[in-house]
Amino acid sequence: MAQAVPANTKWWSGGKSPFNLEYGKLMMWYFLMSDAFTFGAFLISYGSVRMSSNGWPDPNHVFQSAPFLGSGLPLVFVSLMTFILIVSSVTMVLAVHEGHNMNRMGVVKWLIWTIIGGLAFLGCQAWEWTHLYHEGAWWGRIPIYEGSHFLNANGSIPSTNFSNFFFTITGFHGFHVFSGVLINVIMLIMALNGAFDRKGHYLMIEKAGLYWHFVDLVWVFVFLCFYLL
Amino acid sequence: MENQQTVSPEVTFAPHHADSKQVVRKILKTTLVLSIITIVELAFGYTIFFMHKNPDYNTTLVLAIKGVIVILSLAKAFYIVSIFMHLGDEIRNMIMTIVVPLLLFVWFIAAFMWDGNSYKNLRNSYDPHHKQQMNEKPTNKKPAEEHGEGQKPGAIH
Repeated sequence: MAQAVPANTKWWSGGKSPFNLEYGKLMMWYFLMSDAFTFGAFLISYGSVRMSSNGWPDPNHVFQSAPFLGSGLPLVFVSLMTFILIVSSVTMVLAVHEGHNMNRMGVVKWLIWTIIGGLAFLGCQAWEWTHLYHEGAWWGRIPIYEGSHFLNANGSIPSTNFSNFFFTITGFHGFHVFSGVLINVIMLIMALNGAFDRKGHYLMIEKAGLYWHFVDLVWVFVFLCFYLL
Repeated sequence: MENQQTVSPEVTFAPHHADSKQVVRKILKTTLVLSIITIVELAFGYTIFFMHKNPDYNTTLVLAIKGVIVILSLAKAFYIVSIFMHLGDEIRNMIMTIVVPLLLFVWFIAAFMWDGNSYKNLRNSYDPHHKQQMNEKPTNKKPAEEHGEGQKPGAIH
C-alpha cells in the first residue's frame, strides 16, 4: 500500500521533502531508473537483431551443461543461478529490515549471507563463461561444425551476433553483481565499525539494498531473454 | 514504534511499518511467490524444449507459451520492485516519477521488434543470397582439441 498522506499536507511550501524520502535514496531510485534504460537498450537491441535474423541458436542446446553433472541438461545450471540471486535478494531485504530495527548484529548477519550469495552467483557465471569459451564461443567467435550446439535451430550456420550479445549483456550484468558485492562489503565494514549506529540510522543499507535488488531485477529479464525465449 | 530513526528534519513522517514479525512474514511470502513463478517458468521452458524435439512442432503454441513466460517475468519484476524495494510503500507522486518514464519501454520494445522483423522480410525479398544462407549447413567436422583447450580467441571471425 502506498503511504497515506493527510489531505491538507503542504509538501511544496518548504521545509519538507516532497516525496518524504531522503535525498540519497531518491537519487538512487533515479540512478536505477536510468540504469534500467541502459539494460533495456541492450536487451532491446538484442531482440531487434534476433528478430531480423533468419535463424538463431536454440538456448536449450547452447546452455545445456552443468558442473559435475555433464551435458544434455538445459536450464539446470541457470535455474541454480536464478535461485541463488533470488535468495541473496531475500537476505538483503532481511538486512534492510534489521536496519529498520537498529539491530546491528542482524544487519551484519544478513549482509554476510548476501555477500556469499553474490559471490556464489559470480562463481557460477565464471564457470559458465569458461565452459562456453572452451567450447569455442567468445566475442566474435561461435563454433561452427557439424553437430555443434551453437547451430541455428534449423541446423544452419549461426552468426556471431548470438555470442556477442550473450557475453556483452551477461558481462554487463555480472559487472553490476560484482560492484554490488563490493558495495555490500563496504556496508558490512561500516556496520561492523558502528558507523550507522553513530549516524542514528541505517539508511545506507537501504540504498545498497535498492541497488542489489535492481541487480536481481535485471537478471529476471536476462534469464528471460537468453535462456527462456 | 519504539526504534524511530531520525533521518532528516525534512522527512516528516516515517513510513508506516507494521510490526517486525508481520514484515518478515510478508518477505517470506514474497520469496515463496517468486520461487513458484520461477518454477512455473522453468516448467514452460522444458515444455518448449520437448516440443522442439518434434521437427514440425506447433509454432503458434510455442509463441503463446513464450508470451505467458514474459507475463510471468513481469509479475516477478512487480513483486521485486514493489515489495523488496518497497516502492509500493512510498508516496504516490514519487512512485509515478519512477513508473511513468518506464512506460517508454512499451513503445521502445514494440517499435524495435517491429523494425527488426520488417528488416528481415525486406532482406529476404530483395537479397536472394541472404535468403539462401538461411539453409547453409556446416560441412566440416568438429576440430580436434588441442591440449583440451578450445581455439584461441580471434582464430575465426
